[in-house]
Amino acid sequence: MTSIDTHAGEGRPKSGALAAGLNGPVLARAAKDSFIKLDPRKLTGNPVIFATWIVALLSTISAGAAIVNHQAAGFAIQVALWLWATVLFANLAESVAEGRGKAAADSLRAARVTTKAKLLVDDKTGTWIPTPAHKLGVGEVILVEAGDVVPTDGEIIEGMASVNEAAITGESAPVIRESGGDRSAVTGGTTVVSDWIKVRVTAEAGSTFLDRMIAMVEGADRRKTPNEIALAVLLAGLTLIFLIAVVTLLGLGKFSGVNVDPLVLGALFITLIPTTIGGLLSAVGIAGMDRLLKVNVLATSGRAVEAAGDVDTLLLDKTGTITFGNRMATEVIPAPGVRPDIALKAALMASLADETPEGRSIIELGRNQGLVVESPSGATAIPFSASTRQSGLDAGGRSWRKGAVDAVYRSLSLDPKTIPVEITAAVDRIARSGGTPLAVSEDGALVGVIHLKDVVKPGVKARFADLRRMGLRTVMITGDNPVTAAAIASEAGVDDFLAEATPEDKLRLMRDEQAKGRLVAMCGDGANDAPALAQADVGVAMQTGAQAAREAGNMVDLDSDPTKVIEIVEVGKQMLITRGALTTFSIANDVAKYFAIIPAMFVGALPALAALNVMKLHSPQSAILSAVIFNALIIVALIPLALKGVKYRAIGAGKLLSRNLTLYGLGGLVAPFVGIKLIDLVISALGLA
Amino acid sequence: MNWQGWAEIALTLSLAVAIGWPLGVFMSRVWNGERTFLDPILRPVEAVFYAACGVDPKKSQSWHAYALALLAFNLAGFAITYAVLRLQGVLPLNPQGFPGLSEHLSFNTAISFVTNTNWQSYSGETTMSTLSQMIVLTVQNFVSAATGATVAAALARAFTANRGEGLGNFWADLIRTTLYVLVPLSVVVAIVLVALGVPQTLSAGVVAHTMEGADQKIPLYAVASQEAIKMLGINGGGVFNANSAHPFENPTPLTNLITAVSLNVLGWASFFAFGRSALVKKDIRALVISAFVLLFAGAATIYATETRVPPAQMAAGAETTVNMEGKEVRFGAPATAAWAAATTGASNGSVNGMHSSLMPLGGAMTMFLMHLGEILPGGIGSGIAVMVVMAILAVFVAGLMVGRTPEYLGKKIEAREVKLSILAVLAIPVSTLGFAAIAAVLPEALKALMHTGPHGLSEILYAYTSATANNGSAFAGLSANAPWWDATLGVSMALGRFPPIVAVLAIAGALAAKPKLAPSAGTLPTHGGLFVGLLIGVILILGGLQFFPALALGPIAEHFQALAFVAGH
Repeated sequence: MTSIDTHAGEGRPKSGALAAGLNGPVLARAAKDSFIKLDPRKLTGNPVIFATWIVALLSTISAGAAIVNHQAAGFAIQVALWLWATVLFANLAESVAEGRGKAAADSLRAARVTTKAKLLVDDKTGTWIPTPAHKLGVGEVILVEAGDVVPTDGEIIEGMASVNEAAITGESAPVIRESGGDRSAVTGGTTVVSDWIKVRVTAEAGSTFLDRMIAMVEGADRRKTPNEIALAVLLAGLTLIFLIAVVTLLGLGKFSGVNVDPLVLGALFITLIPTTIGGLLSAVGIAGMDRLLKVNVLATSGRAVEAAGDVDTLLLDKTGTITFGNRMATEVIPAPGVRPDIALKAALMASLADETPEGRSIIELGRNQGLVVESPSGATAIPFSASTRQSGLDAGGRSWRKGAVDAVYRSLSLDPKTIPVEITAAVDRIARSGGTPLAVSEDGALVGVIHLKDVVKPGVKARFADLRRMGLRTVMITGDNPVTAAAIASEAGVDDFLAEATPEDKLRLMRDEQAKGRLVAMCGDGANDAPALAQADVGVAMQTGAQAAREAGNMVDLDSDPTKVIEIVEVGKQMLITRGALTTFSIANDVAKYFAIIPAMFVGALPALAALNVMKLHSPQSAILSAVIFNALIIVALIPLALKGVKYRAIGAGKLLSRNLTLYGLGGLVAPFVGIKLIDLVISALGLA
Repeated sequence: MNWQGWAEIALTLSLAVAIGWPLGVFMSRVWNGERTFLDPILRPVEAVFYAACGVDPKKSQSWHAYALALLAFNLAGFAITYAVLRLQGVLPLNPQGFPGLSEHLSFNTAISFVTNTNWQSYSGETTMSTLSQMIVLTVQNFVSAATGATVAAALARAFTANRGEGLGNFWADLIRTTLYVLVPLSVVVAIVLVALGVPQTLSAGVVAHTMEGADQKIPLYAVASQEAIKMLGINGGGVFNANSAHPFENPTPLTNLITAVSLNVLGWASFFAFGRSALVKKDIRALVISAFVLLFAGAATIYATETRVPPAQMAAGAETTVNMEGKEVRFGAPATAAWAAATTGASNGSVNGMHSSLMPLGGAMTMFLMHLGEILPGGIGSGIAVMVVMAILAVFVAGLMVGRTPEYLGKKIEAREVKLSILAVLAIPVSTLGFAAIAAVLPEALKALMHTGPHGLSEILYAYTSATANNGSAFAGLSANAPWWDATLGVSMALGRFPPIVAVLAIAGALAAKPKLAPSAGTLPTHGGLFVGLLIGVILILGGLQFFPALALGPIAEHFQALAFVAGH
């Protein structure tokens, strides 16, 4: 089990099947794709880059005309080339982001079944005929035996098998799948390692989990997310505003005696419109999905990733998420007059034959306190039974027992009135704190009480404190009674809890939270979680879970780790922060570009405007070219940031904004002044302009 | 520059905020239909209006219905004003015997007063009959101001709604704002002005015998009442051509202070009223501070440039330390600077000095304050409405950086709101730069200019800037009463007024229908100093930057040319 304090993206040892790296072939394919994307029909969805494409074309024509007319064309050629480079760099960003997904999709495709499925034709005799996987219809029953690859998605109707799901999850340890209950779903592409199962087909060919996964990671049906659409609208609007600001300079310039060169006007337009974020916008979205894939979570839509950043309430199941799920012994309280080590030893002897997690935790407790006991020869294990409600060990005429307090009292025929007050007090205290007391007897005498407790995972409290600073409320859902629930809730530091919860309660709680204007995330694996998963804004289903749950949620965690929802929220936030940071940076860049191009444009007719050339750029042409080059290169420079994402810190919205605003707002204001000046120095030294 | 000057500017600008606050609370009570101390007198009057118009004030309208009512009301206002101006010659109450106005001037003037611009292509004392001044123009002064207020009231309701639909009732908002806020306040200010020497009479004027023995006809009007609503309603259209530099409109430094304060008071009041009605008092403080900082910076720039000796005078060796060009001797540089910033920041448009005579950078600042969208604090209601649009854009651009999709005041900002916000602010560059670029190359238009070169360009830019911003102040120098200018400036005024209003109402409709979200520690804080800085940055970069090239060719070029000229001597 993954420990809860693993931070997103930080040294996850396991690399999922989906985590394809950035390597030579991926980059080569991306470079090729960025040329294919020069097709204007592919750019219509991105108005900023489309506008750049048009201006690049116009400047190419203008450069061509200059050559034909034997005029000086060096400047026009350079501007045209850098404008094309701007479009290419934007395409490259998108291609690189897609490249990783495409590589992952290729490895998933390899998992598709090429061998024939065994279609059962006679259930009694077990006769089957070999059938290609894509010919299987929903409802048909197939036989899958050890060594076979499961041909398609289905539900086990008979049998039990261990299945290697590495092709989907990257986890090579086999899992048990069996008919009935929440573990009955099998996924196409996984391999049965032992035993056999009969599976009823539940998915049409082409719409299996594997197919959908391939489509998702490849981005084949990638749609713009709501926030991405809104941002695209803003960018288109800004493009329009700057178009007006630039085109009107023709008239205003003419009045002032400036004959504005359309090429320069085009250059000004391209440097002013938000090409940086326009070029990187889709890469940021794709990279966000990709980061989810890296932590082995498959989102069914980008919308869900965005919603993950917005989540403000987390509904967490207690067991497995907040606590280890098994009760563990934390102390042995001796009866009056009994030495502590005697009481502990008796508890250990009573648990030697107990293979339950509780029993093993008692042995573990002894080992931690330096006490190891060996099973005496000829010992007889006394198993737990519903009637005695205790278990233990008999050896050499001696006996040790542990069990429910009242059961042990009864078997020892103790009069409740004679029980030492210390023992009664200890039992009460344990029960009140949400723990379970077990009485221990040795040779027919009560020697102490074991404190079994639901142990909260280490680091959980700190994690929840982080979440609170991020503005997330955590609500613990448990079937425990309110006393136990309250004790664990306070120990784990959750904000609220729901005790004795039924699936209906969970759904109701979620609806209440949503009615209060909160966005809710939860994870679940059982079929009875399906309604709540469907209702949740972010519903994370476990890959090992029931088919119904997997279909109801909008994300599937291939590791089946319920703590993953926290990482998902971080990935969502990271994607939104990256988008915001690049937008802010891009817009802040404009100030410097005005100061580069405006004096360069007008200084011929109005020499006094040379005063605005605050960067002291070499010449009007070098100033314009430097701005265009900076504008193109900044896209390439920011591709790594777009792909990797701005790091998310759980420091509260105010501090986060202040930090990022300084970095990307002020940074965006200052960086181009420096960058344009440096480029100007280089190109004037090289004699390019 | 001296400390008295700074103190005068600070007092003028901050007094308006200080008075605007309680007035805003009152205005919010009026919008919300809460009890006010004027109820005993005005409730029955209000009821008469509802009965006469057949309006049920409790019936909340969808944004469509609200916007349609607003547009219909303004269209009717335009038609009536146009008709009266054309027919002025045959209508009564025309003691001066003025003829009807030309088609283009009537068109321009009617739009001008309906849109709360009060651009005047004419000289009031030689054009308008008493009937025109008092009945149509003054009525529009009231109801165009109230129209702006209705937009803010509707927008405020959108933020309190939780999956709601209605934005309130336009007719009720219009009638209540006029009756409870504008009329009583104007009465008070008018009485104060009369007491301080501003004329209020129906007589046509007096004839004075000058020392040369000539007869001088001095026109008189009901100035004080016009003056009060001209300032309070952020209209700006003066009775006299010289506007608030005229001794009948603005006789003393005290009336100057009172009128300068009152031109901003209801703009600020709209901010506070919006904050109270939208239940966002903390957040509104950030908007007030942002607007005030920008406004004060504008006034400071003008004051700084106007107290320097002009380079040309210096070069000529003139022994002077003050620059009084274009300023009223009674008021001086600080009062002119404070007024110039206040009137352009507030979409008022009245002047107590000539903006054409400001130093180039001071003139640039008056234009720039208008380019920002008239939000400092802008017109009644319309100022806060556009300010909220700016805040929405700021939240949208930078809000993502806290890791959540953007929300403002508990409402998610999505594609529709962004699209409408862009539409709301798009009209400003389209109309300002678009018309200016055409006029700059059109011989027909250029005939009206007094100057060539950068200052000539400033004359063109200023006219379209002022019209689009619904400001109405003139740069002077431009002879605007010609078909091209009357027509295009009229269109500019309409473009600057109605598309933003409809866009804002559509935003209100979209926001009202959304669930109201509860804030958490992860929500972008929109009330602290950080947000103020962010908002100012967004206003300057998104709202102002696109005008930089045009300003560079106009006043900025003029500024550097003047410096170069001096350096050359």
